[in-house]
Amino acid sequence: MKITNHVSITLPALHGNEGFARAAVAAFCAPLSPTLEEINDIKTAVSEAVTNVIVHAYPGTSGNVELTVRIFDDRVIDIVVADQGTGMSNVEEARKPFFTTKSQEEHSGMGFTIMEAFTDKIEILSEKGRGTSISMRKELKNA
Amino acid sequence: MKYRSEYLKDCITVMPEGDLDAESARETREYLDKLIDGYRFDTFIIDFAKVDFMDSTGIGVLLGRYKRIKALGADLCVTNVRPQVDKVFRISGLYQIIKAVSV
Ligand SMILES: Nc1ncnc2c1ncn2[C@@H]1O[C@H](COP(=O)(O)OP(=O)(O)O)[C@@H](O)[C@H]1O
Ligand SMILES: [Mg+2]
Repeated sequence: MKITNHVSITLPALHGNEGFARAAVAAFCAPLSPTLEEINDIKTAVSEAVTNVIVHAYPGTSGNVELTVRIFDDRVIDIVVADQGTGMSNVEEARKPFFTTKSQEEHSGMGFTIMEAFTDKIEILSEKGRGTSISMRKELKNA
Repeated sequence: MKYRSEYLKDCITVMPEGDLDAESARETREYLDKLIDGYRFDTFIIDFAKVDFMDSTGIGVLLGRYKRIKALGADLCVTNVRPQVDKVFRISGLYQIIKAVSV
């Protein structure tokens, strides 16, 4: 596969930026003529990953969301959402539907389930105290 | 996020407008809770016609209101759910407890 376009955005992990992040990725992918469903899938997955950085990655401190989008052969979209925050000690547990460490704030624990359902592939790398990196792939069908 | 609501014959209908995400979750929760606390009703309908986007933060808001409304012996329903929100509802199993109605 040949990389045909890419973009990197660094932004502070603050509420308000989740909307910008999903709109920015959608706009970047728009020239590939995705279907409305594909664009919505991408927006939803990006929103979940970026929201997790804003909500979970930097408890009591501040930090950045690092968002990278790479497009291969004008058809395959790789999205990486990374932070240098608190990390997770048990990724398998975190991926389970309804698992949340913030139930008292009504977080649903469905973020990873939605990321998995709305993309073709997801890879989660996390190290306690070092940070987390979520890689998601979406292949456009008719491109 | 903007909200409109209507109270008619034991039924409250709320029409939010905008994206339901982590940024708007708190104000949405507060708006809905004010209605839940302020009126007597049998049915609480959220009209999603003007919500183009919702993520799992919205699921948390809806489940929280569902529990409160259920505890009062009333029903929570949704209507006019658009495609992106519909997919989030289907994948999370939310339709198993929050019924979609047509109004
Ligand atoms: N970037 C992150 N940094 C640290 N912890 C995270 C991150 N993303 C997710 N988590 C952990 O994984 C759990 C599950 O995430 P998710 O499925 O999105 O549910 P929710 O965000 O509703 O809690 C979170 O409660 C949190 O403990
Ligand atoms: Mg989440």
